[in-house]
Amino acid sequence: MLRAITLCLGLFAAFTAARAEDTVKIGVILPFSGQFADTGVQLDNGIKLYMQQHGDTVAGKKIEVIRKDVGGIAPEVAKRLAQELIVRDGADILAGFALTPNALSAAEVSAQAKKFMVVMNAATSIITTKSPYVVRTSVTVPEVDETLGTWAAKQGIKTVYMLVSDYGPGLDAEAAFHRAFEAGGGKVIGTDRMPVANADFSSFVQRAKDANPQAIFIFVPGGTQPAAIGKALANRGITPQNTKILGQGEITFEDALKSMGDDAIGIITGFHYDPNHNSPMNKEFVAAYNKAFGRDPDIYSIGGYDGMHLIYAALAKTGGKADGQTLVDAAKGMAWESPRGPISIDPDTRDIVQTIYIRRAEKVDGKLVNVEFDKVPDVKDPVKARMPK
Amino acid sequence: MIAPALGVLFDGLAYGMLLFLLSVGLSVTLGMMNFVNLAHGSFAMLGAYVTVTLMDRGWPFLATLPCAFLAAALASVVFERTLFRRLYRANDLQQVLLTLGLVFMSVAAAAYLYGTMQQPIRLPDYLRGYVTLGGVNFSLYRLFLIAVALTATVVLVGALEYTRFGSRVRASVDNQRMAQGLGIDVDSIFAITFALGSGLAGLGGALAIGIVGLDPNFAFTYLIYVLIVVAVGGLGSIRGSLLAAILLGVSDAAGKYYVPTLGAFLIYLVMVSILLWRPLGLFGRR
Repeated sequence: MLRAITLCLGLFAAFTAARAEDTVKIGVILPFSGQFADTGVQLDNGIKLYMQQHGDTVAGKKIEVIRKDVGGIAPEVAKRLAQELIVRDGADILAGFALTPNALSAAEVSAQAKKFMVVMNAATSIITTKSPYVVRTSVTVPEVDETLGTWAAKQGIKTVYMLVSDYGPGLDAEAAFHRAFEAGGGKVIGTDRMPVANADFSSFVQRAKDANPQAIFIFVPGGTQPAAIGKALANRGITPQNTKILGQGEITFEDALKSMGDDAIGIITGFHYDPNHNSPMNKEFVAAYNKAFGRDPDIYSIGGYDGMHLIYAALAKTGGKADGQTLVDAAKGMAWESPRGPISIDPDTRDIVQTIYIRRAEKVDGKLVNVEFDKVPDVKDPVKARMPK
Repeated sequence: MIAPALGVLFDGLAYGMLLFLLSVGLSVTLGMMNFVNLAHGSFAMLGAYVTVTLMDRGWPFLATLPCAFLAAALASVVFERTLFRRLYRANDLQQVLLTLGLVFMSVAAAAYLYGTMQQPIRLPDYLRGYVTLGGVNFSLYRLFLIAVALTATVVLVGALEYTRFGSRVRASVDNQRMAQGLGIDVDSIFAITFALGSGLAGLGGALAIGIVGLDPNFAFTYLIYVLIVVAVGGLGSIRGSLLAAILLGVSDAAGKYYVPTLGAFLIYLVMVSILLWRPLGLFGRR
């Protein structure tokens, strides 16, 4: 009797062990609840769509995605989730990361456990320096804003007033734009740092108006803020006809445009992806996304989608080997065509290299969209490029 | 320097009026029933989502406002009858736990039903844009908001001061036992007042979309501001809520304009100072 039980247990253990070797587990850490829930949902949709289109097997291994809700900006939680994923659930790869603080703390875990980590949204430059196994498929704030700053100076804009939200990405954006704009010959005549959870922007917009700049640069996080500041601008009589409005693409997100209405026409933004990007691959992507989820994809979706592509391509290259060093070596230098355009992973910094588009909000066929009218290809993260090797 | 400051102060005033609409219900029910209803923000959110849903079906904006009021009022009656009335005698912590739990549930329900994204609405053309008087831009929508809030104040105060029902409410607020002893049906007074307060919150929520936007976390975000208005204004006082809300709205706007580095902190500074000076709030009685 005892022998029979031992035999059964032994077979069971062998069976599960063998099964475990045939699966590659990806631990996805995202905010599925709280203030950033929509970001998490869109990013996850990108992951789901990729798996729907390309199946769940790569190089003979089954891909299993384990999702964990980090709830918002909670680096301690993110660290714990990353640890649990690796130790308890046997995750081979960490992915997701909508928010910088969470990505930074999880990167520590990735470095210690030597696990491949794909940052699919968080946009602060230094994240990829925290672990040699981290790659990023989204964007960095300096990539966008230094490009925009250089572009603005080249257009002959001489004076800018800056309104940025007072937190990590906002300060990054301020520093990046400021640096590139003044390097291009322009002058930043004033900066205001606004509280992150701000509801009413009238005062700040009025201050910007008082300074009488040629252009106003705005950085606010997505969500309620872009529409609110757009309305505040219109209410104070600031229109793109008399003052150029520049910013990162969050301020002309689809719902912000809908809310601002015609007040948004003429706002110039820099960004790495827009659902209206005119390429056959993107049109297919947007159609498939709408069919699956009933809404347009956005930058979070493309970060998730391309992140999964990177994981699949890296696994295919390593023949299914999922340890950190092999995967990250396979990922370095990888280049492919994404719905956003051509992108690649810089072998030195493991960060993304992509085209930054300059867009203007315009009414096309009665609908407000961002129309790409200029672009800068092969933009690398400038902050790391300036770091001593 | 006057003109731009006037514009900013006007915007602050409008924001304050919005906070007043959102808070007055809570102030009255807290003062009258001693029931800590943290789910007040959820009723505001309900009103806002009702407006969004109806506008999606093509209803004109103004027509959705009474519906937002009614929906929130009716919902509050349901909750009051089934849940809240069991906890009138309970201690504050239990009331907080119950209503806070309701807030979490409402946020999750909103996210489930409507998704986590922003809910933009297209305001009718006659409420968009601004008028310029003496070099200052006055947003039409904010003028409308102030008008609605003032009307609500006048109606509320008028009802309280000049109607039988109002006198019964005042009696119940001042001394519940005595009022009951005099034969006033305090229970139904409570229920009606609670419904009115929540209805106003719903109306406030609907009006808020055009200024601050709507997402499932609305119930939490505005709970803080509502509690500040109620604490500063004093429980049970409509005048107090009005004054506190205007004070907070204007000082927020003025602070951000003149000392932007202080930014949003000024509201809290004002709150702490006033409460140190008058711990019961500006017009609070107990």
